[in-house]
Amino acid sequence: MKKFYIVALFCLVSAIVLFAFMYFGGEKTNDGAGGETISYNFQVRPILSDKCYACHGPDANKREAGLRLDIKEEAYKALKDNPQAHAIVPGKPNLSEVYLRVSTTDTSILMPPASSNLPTLTEAEVRIIKKWIEEGAKYEPHWAFVPPQKSPLPAIKNKTWPKNEIDHFVLSKMEEHGLEPNEEADKERLLRRIALDITGLPPTPGMVDSFVNSKDPSAYEKMIDALLQQPAYGERMAIPWLDVARYADSHGYQDDNYRSQWPWRDWVIHAFNENLPYDKFVTWQLAGDLIPDATKEQILATGFNRNHKITEEGGVIDEEYRVEYVVDRTNTLGTAILGMTIECAKCHDHKYDPISQKDFFQLSAFFNSIKEVGLESTVGGHQTFAKNPRIDITQEDLKGVLNFITSSDTAGLQVSVMKDMDTARKTYILSRGVYDQHAEEVQPGTPKSIMDFPSGLPKNRLGLSEWLFNAKNPLTARVFVNRIWQEIFGRGIVKSSNDFGMQGELPVNPKLLDWLAVDFRENGWNIKRLVKQIYLSATYRQSSTISPEKLKADPQNIYLSYAPRIRMNAEMIRDMALASSGLLQPIIGGPSVKPYQPPGLWELATSGRGLLATYKQDHGDKLYRRGLYTFIKRTVPPPAMMIFDASNRDQCEVKRSRTNTPLQALIMMNDPTILEASVALADHLAQKKEKPEAAVSDAFLRIINRHPDKQEQDILLAYFNEQQAYFKANPATIEKVTKVGEYKMKSTPAPEVAALARLVQVIYNMDEAITKT
Amino acid sequence: MDKELLQHGLNINRRKFLSRMSIGLGSAALGSLLIPGLFDGTAEEEAGFIPGIPHFAPKAKRVIYLFQNGAPSQLETFDYKPTLNKMMGQDLPESIRQGQRLTGMTSGQKSFPLVGSYYKFNQHGQSGAWVSEIFPHMAKVVDDLCIVRSLHTEAINHDPALTFFQTGAQQGNRPSMGSWVSYGLGTENKNLPAFCVLLSRGKGNGQGVYSKLWSNGFLDSIHQGVQFSSGENPILYLQDPDGMDREARRKMLDKVAALNEIQLKNFGDPEIATKIQQYEMAYRMQTAVPEIMDVSKEPDDIVKLYGSECLVPGTYAANCLLARKLSENGVRFIQLYHQGWDQHGNLPNEMRGQAKDVDQSSAALITDLKQRGLLDETLVIWGGEFGRTNYCQGAMSEDNYGRDHHPRCFSIWMAGGGIKPGMVYGETDEFGYNIVKNPVHINDFHATILNQLGFDHERLTYRFQGRRYRLTDVSGTVVRDIIS
Repeated sequence: MKKFYIVALFCLVSAIVLFAFMYFGGEKTNDGAGGETISYNFQVRPILSDKCYACHGPDANKREAGLRLDIKEEAYKALKDNPQAHAIVPGKPNLSEVYLRVSTTDTSILMPPASSNLPTLTEAEVRIIKKWIEEGAKYEPHWAFVPPQKSPLPAIKNKTWPKNEIDHFVLSKMEEHGLEPNEEADKERLLRRIALDITGLPPTPGMVDSFVNSKDPSAYEKMIDALLQQPAYGERMAIPWLDVARYADSHGYQDDNYRSQWPWRDWVIHAFNENLPYDKFVTWQLAGDLIPDATKEQILATGFNRNHKITEEGGVIDEEYRVEYVVDRTNTLGTAILGMTIECAKCHDHKYDPISQKDFFQLSAFFNSIKEVGLESTVGGHQTFAKNPRIDITQEDLKGVLNFITSSDTAGLQVSVMKDMDTARKTYILSRGVYDQHAEEVQPGTPKSIMDFPSGLPKNRLGLSEWLFNAKNPLTARVFVNRIWQEIFGRGIVKSSNDFGMQGELPVNPKLLDWLAVDFRENGWNIKRLVKQIYLSATYRQSSTISPEKLKADPQNIYLSYAPRIRMNAEMIRDMALASSGLLQPIIGGPSVKPYQPPGLWELATSGRGLLATYKQDHGDKLYRRGLYTFIKRTVPPPAMMIFDASNRDQCEVKRSRTNTPLQALIMMNDPTILEASVALADHLAQKKEKPEAAVSDAFLRIINRHPDKQEQDILLAYFNEQQAYFKANPATIEKVTKVGEYKMKSTPAPEVAALARLVQVIYNMDEAITKT
Repeated sequence: MDKELLQHGLNINRRKFLSRMSIGLGSAALGSLLIPGLFDGTAEEEAGFIPGIPHFAPKAKRVIYLFQNGAPSQLETFDYKPTLNKMMGQDLPESIRQGQRLTGMTSGQKSFPLVGSYYKFNQHGQSGAWVSEIFPHMAKVVDDLCIVRSLHTEAINHDPALTFFQTGAQQGNRPSMGSWVSYGLGTENKNLPAFCVLLSRGKGNGQGVYSKLWSNGFLDSIHQGVQFSSGENPILYLQDPDGMDREARRKMLDKVAALNEIQLKNFGDPEIATKIQQYEMAYRMQTAVPEIMDVSKEPDDIVKLYGSECLVPGTYAANCLLARKLSENGVRFIQLYHQGWDQHGNLPNEMRGQAKDVDQSSAALITDLKQRGLLDETLVIWGGEFGRTNYCQGAMSEDNYGRDHHPRCFSIWMAGGGIKPGMVYGETDEFGYNIVKNPVHINDFHATILNQLGFDHERLTYRFQGRRYRLTDVSGTVVRDIIS
């Protein structure tokens, strides 16, 4: 009997431990503290960083008891308060205060203390710490600060599946977790996916038919090549970069008047289409003006760092805002190129990463000598549309070096760009980050913990760019390939694409990330090559069906054993409606446009000053431009885009959220853009005078880019017939339904057209219409 | 459908879900239908905080924030300073100014002549609080109010000051206060957004408000403030197009649902189930919102209470009445903005007009909530983004003067939601320039609001870019003295 109790107790305890382990053993520590050796980088540091560094980390001013745990020597030392004791004694957890204090039941000495508001360590975490100390408490440099290296392709069981290197890395992770890849997606869905990914536009019915019927084994690769050659590729690639670059059409503060920065946006599209290598792409933007004999194109590219908000509020203190601009550029460099939360070190040493406040201001010194002021002008005419330093865009430019700019009117057209003063401004550490609290003077420099600044490089923005693209820089390539991965798969290999630091997520497939990064650099930072490589992989080509087993095993699809279903971004949704209905005006670039917008939004939000006090909706072709050309007034960004999680371009943003809300449903139901597209497509179908069955299929093909199955066809056809009967009985309603926006019907408003318009609306409202499947 | 979603949540993350049951399945379930990722484990999990569940028993269930945009002068409203009338025209002593930075609008002025209130002040109620004659109605409910005369901020210009008030930081794309509350408490009503915004404008000099102020920042966009406007389309894109009646809409959505069900069956993606659910909520909103907006059924005594302007859509009075209706329907955060309080000049004339816009209906809202037993659980706040200088900006005459921005002290009031009624808190010097007793910083103010809603402001956090962000950034102390 007693034995039974012991066994039962044992079972119960194991169950609890197992439960705790399963529950708490989240993503970061998914290997638990099982049989294998503990990894400092992947298991220990995330715990120390999250729960200890706030008081025992890099920030010298907030350090408690003189103890820091992020540096081995410091952690091994005798404790200041109690020289008999040590925080960590390698091999001896029971002599290590770190272990004792996180595992104690005595809440008076438990770490982290309740006053820190930090969660205490979970049981699994405590065991990781214990085992790590037992194994010698070995420290490793932070993974993201070690330059990436190509490792050999991992061994895999299923040798027939991979199509290229990427698949070896992905499959090895799948196999490690007992998962198998999905079959390849059907041709129609694959084509839609690839077209949306490369061009942001759905494929045309003609493309669908020829692709599906093609017997050419290389049809898929040929399709990729053809799509990469379309100018729409540059537009699609520009969108995330415009988020990164906080590009907008207004200055951003208070009255938020007009800004004429759009020629810079045209350059971005052009650069992607020309496949400008990433190193040049970034160097021109950071330092184009400093390149010897810089071309006007290279100078225009530097508009990147003048896209930040600029105040026009009378009465502000000039220096306060000038400093704000310098800080914005520094933060943007951190987030956009380095994937580091540099901004945390503006007011104090970084709490988690080895970035001191001095590092921050040294980095800011590169951007501190711009010939600019905080408040150049208040709301006014065209002289206020671009702040100094700036360049004029002339008719000659349009014929010559800037021939990618789409505009016939260059009268007074100016763009803000970078230009340094003759003598550098002095840069100081600003105490608590306050603009006028000068402390120690600093020189331009980069954080040592990332990579030393090679001697011989000029201490200016050009030198900074060389530092970024030095083969030993551990971050630049990783951060960019990760963002491309995120754009395609909806989630980066490092999920926190904005934070590769200690608090960031760990790469779920570190060897893949590093392989891609090195390969990208070795191949001349060739962006088209990078994306093509990913599109050719078997990983990318999988179907997006989620079996219940996979949903259970990997609900977040970390290991990519199925293709992700991703809700299309705000711009793509608009473009899909315009393209499928034939309304799209495929003009590249030019001044931003003002399509339909609910009335009163700008008017209600203004003091009445400036060009943007009222929303003057455009007409004609300008109503049908792609989403990336929609005018962005920062303080009142276009609502339909915001509801679909577009960036308000307030500051550098590298990752949009992806929500699923009732307001989105309302847009698809009632936005005149969608309704007008429905009528235009219905009108087009009516003119073809097809049988209802064919019209249903035709509409479906244009929007969903595949043929409907029997069930879908039946539902839609029944709906069409029902609606047609309704409009026959209620002819007065026909015109109400077919008169939307500025669209002029070509066919006569008959019950059939109105019914078709309703039918098309249903299809636009299908989940699949706005999802990359 | 709710049941199915719950079931789904259980299936994919039974362990996590079960662990939540001990805290209260009911509230978790309701809030979480709108919180992305709660069931699949991707929702942010923070120190002892689960979205939708407060840290401790809340005093207030919701907030109505009557924001007076442009910054009404404290010296003409609630901070009575007879010394300024006595010393009219004399220069502000340097001992008082203490080198305080000024805006670019008056920093060039040769002198800083003191100017007293054009309006008279009287003491009112049991509390004997001083209230300006331009607020006769507010004066009558003064025993329900807690007037705080010692608020101070760091910003001296509208944009950063507003942003600071709304998001806890002068710069940066942080979530608005209402978004934090929506994130923290979830929604009580399945047909309405948790965070609603109502705008109106007076005739005074205005500065504009903009949707950035009710942005969700780095929180999910479900927490974004939803702007309600007057007219046919109270919420953007709410109204069905011409020719689409309810029955036609229902039929259409049934087809959409049927098609989406096929997708769900074929692909097994739980997001499709959510999408179906969101369409249903959209459909319900289409009925619920116009019902709320319809004030035609309000009885005469209510119309009389708020003033007949409350029947004119888009006015401040109409918005106050609407705020009450939204509170009754479980909206968590109702943010009003009334524009036109930026009196750099022409103050005596403009402030009277602005006061007339807001006085009766602000007081009516207090009375109305009280008579419905809702004031106890609703925190009402009235105030602007900073104060005004005690010296005159520009030309000064008997009946005309202006005041520049002043961040060092200003007055607001709070009522209900567990705040002490009939109290005057904080004190400024006789010049109305510096705080001499009980200063309340914006961070303290935010901490206090969150406290009333059941949150420890240091623990209502969201991890973004490696850091746990909070509304109160890195400081803030709950003002215990004003809590009943």
